[in-house]
Amino acid sequence: MDESLAADLVAAILFLGVVAYAVFAGADFGSGLWDLTAGDAEAGAPMRTLVDRALGPVWEANHVWLIFVLVYLWTGFPGPFASIMETLFVPFGLAAVGIVLRGAAFAFRKTAPNLAQARLYGACFAASSLVTPFFFGAIAGAVASGRVPAAGGGDRWTSWTGPTSLVGGILAVCTCSFLAAVFLTAEADRGDDAALLQRCRRRAIGTGIVTGAVALAGVLPLRADAPALVDGLTGRALPLILASVVAGTTTLWALWRERFELARVTAAGAVAAVVLGWGVGQWPWLLVDEIEVEAAAGAGATLWALLVVFGLAAVTVLPALAYLFWVTQRDDP
Amino acid sequence: MLASLLAAEEPSSLLAARWQMALSLGWHIVLACFGVAFPMLIYVVHRRGLRHNDSVALGLAKRWSKVAAVLFAVGAVSGTILSFEMGMLWPELMRTYGDVIGLPFALEGIAFFIEAIFIGIYLYGWGHLPGRVHLLMLVPIAVSGVVGTFCILAVNAWMNSPSGFRMVDGEVTDVDPWAAMFNNGVWIQFLHMWVATVMVVGFVTAAVYAAGMLRGRDDAHHRLGFHVAFAFAAVAAVLQPVVGHLAGARLADAQPTKLAAMELAPETEQPAPLVIGGILLDGERRFAIEIPRLGSLIARASVDRPVVGLDAFADDERPRDGLVSMVHLSFQVMVGIGLALAGLSVAWWWAGRRGRDLLASRRFLRIALVAGPASVLALELGWMTTELGRQPWVVYDHMRVAEAVTRGSGVWVSLSVLVVVYTAMTVGAVLTLRSMSRRWLDGDPLDLPTPYDPARRSRRRSTRGRH
Repeated sequence: MDESLAADLVAAILFLGVVAYAVFAGADFGSGLWDLTAGDAEAGAPMRTLVDRALGPVWEANHVWLIFVLVYLWTGFPGPFASIMETLFVPFGLAAVGIVLRGAAFAFRKTAPNLAQARLYGACFAASSLVTPFFFGAIAGAVASGRVPAAGGGDRWTSWTGPTSLVGGILAVCTCSFLAAVFLTAEADRGDDAALLQRCRRRAIGTGIVTGAVALAGVLPLRADAPALVDGLTGRALPLILASVVAGTTTLWALWRERFELARVTAAGAVAAVVLGWGVGQWPWLLVDEIEVEAAAGAGATLWALLVVFGLAAVTVLPALAYLFWVTQRDDP
Repeated sequence: MLASLLAAEEPSSLLAARWQMALSLGWHIVLACFGVAFPMLIYVVHRRGLRHNDSVALGLAKRWSKVAAVLFAVGAVSGTILSFEMGMLWPELMRTYGDVIGLPFALEGIAFFIEAIFIGIYLYGWGHLPGRVHLLMLVPIAVSGVVGTFCILAVNAWMNSPSGFRMVDGEVTDVDPWAAMFNNGVWIQFLHMWVATVMVVGFVTAAVYAAGMLRGRDDAHHRLGFHVAFAFAAVAAVLQPVVGHLAGARLADAQPTKLAAMELAPETEQPAPLVIGGILLDGERRFAIEIPRLGSLIARASVDRPVVGLDAFADDERPRDGLVSMVHLSFQVMVGIGLALAGLSVAWWWAGRRGRDLLASRRFLRIALVAGPASVLALELGWMTTELGRQPWVVYDHMRVAEAVTRGSGVWVSLSVLVVVYTAMTVGAVLTLRSMSRRWLDGDPLDLPTPYDPARRSRRRSTRGRH
């Protein structure tokens, strides 16, 4: 087996990390919108309690997918990593601030000394949860539209403010909010607050429709701005895009028919398929129009080491994650 | 010539980037200590609570896990910032050496994953998992904390003792990530830092209970909290001078410029004196106390072997005078604090063996109260010693910090933002932890309702009404 195969495999693993981060952390970020719009302290209490309960045990584990992606990128593909971080300094910096404010404020809110402080932390948590996915979407758009030069030194502003970045950012916020609404509906279904359940359900259906519309409309600006990506999306990745449409539609139907466990699975599937579609669509480019995966890869021995580490992760992290989700979902809240 | 050219064209963002890295690392390292060592302390009290049906111990374990929840959350996000900064501030370091030294980072990612997952399970586990299973969840947290420490220190040790690659015509070749990870410095640096995490967490936690007892709260809860924490710290503090000495003994061969800075040696001396205090002014040692021969004895394990001075190295291959003074003083204050803490630990054991109750002595409690912040200070000074002592290199003898830094502007802005955000986060964390402790003292339940819970609001209102 040769080095280019190892490079392909490492790239695939890295992208699975991106998908996992989009789905799991995406749902955590998305709950920011529902927390923010829950109403005043009294009226919003049930929703915010639900958010606390749903995120509390899992958000840190879900967050680690980002670390996983970063270390696999800089170890497997050091050149593109350096170029991406250098060129996209601004959106990464803003996302970093969002991550800090989100995580810290979420932890502080639960034990805040008084309601005024709890409100401040809550607003901080919710607002930063809402905006952070935008920057990640914009970063994805910058890579996918060929705005990150392989040698680094791309423009610090225009690189992530193009049409593809805007579409990516808005779509990221929409998908996160949609996922969160569906997940919160399923979580509310385990409790006994019927009003809260219906509130979540209506929001899930509403954002599902909006997200689908944004995704379809978003293709238009992409055609001129990111032709390589659009070629991939309408060619090689078309089955994934269609699968995402089917899964999304099924989610709406399942929400309508109040089959919330099914809705959770299909919503996750819809988001996973569309993110995977991006990856397959821009293959074999790592930085679109700049450098391909195999050319961008680091030393062969290191790629193999990364595959060994992934094997280790598969037998340790994945069962542990499954146990975490099982324990926290198994009994009544 | 190329080197002097580089020095002349120092990127404007270099100083800001160094400050940003120093602040975010210096901040995170304290929380990282809690991530590594705190689970061990919690394990001991939780196990005691279960074994002996000891409600005080079990209550302590519960409170500590609530504190851990806040510290781990803040530690997780501040650790994430560091991984962003690797690329945002030092892109050329990562571009050149990312695949050489990335392996331990990838393994650390796995360790962090395990840690985050089992912390989630453990915190959720109160009232949800049977006692023994629940206790067991602390084991992977503690183990992954130690593995993570090893991985991060592997990277730092590699920066001090680069290995696992060859430079051919300016290109990195023959990359062996395993050899890079298991470089010459890794084991001793790891040990030094691991022992430090136990010292910091032990002394800081003990200081919290010492403060409580100084305010007259001398109960079983405070005594157990103090004893468990101080016992951990004391064992670590006694080991640390030995470990630290071994770490320093490598430097004559591995990093002679760092040793020269630590020993404040502008010129080679044979035998070298032990230099206490002092700074470097215009290349001359000033205001120092010198003890003949002792420097050679400590640094070289010999009465006459030399400590090579800074003058043996080109100007652009060693730290500048101002940095040398900082390295020397940081190092010596760290050693001073370390020796004092070791002495305090021995005294504590000795008094315990002779049946004296030191917790009744206000003087001892006051000293224990100071030991907490002192251990944090020693930790920070130790990192300053090793990081400033490596200047101007980021990868010793291979890449200068100025070559690694981003070419872009904007680092002064990101540094300012970082200062504001981290200040706010520190204030938030302190307020939150203080309010938790106050409420526990007031006898409020351990499991606080969510802050938006109307039930709690009305209870608060009625509390206010009573005053």
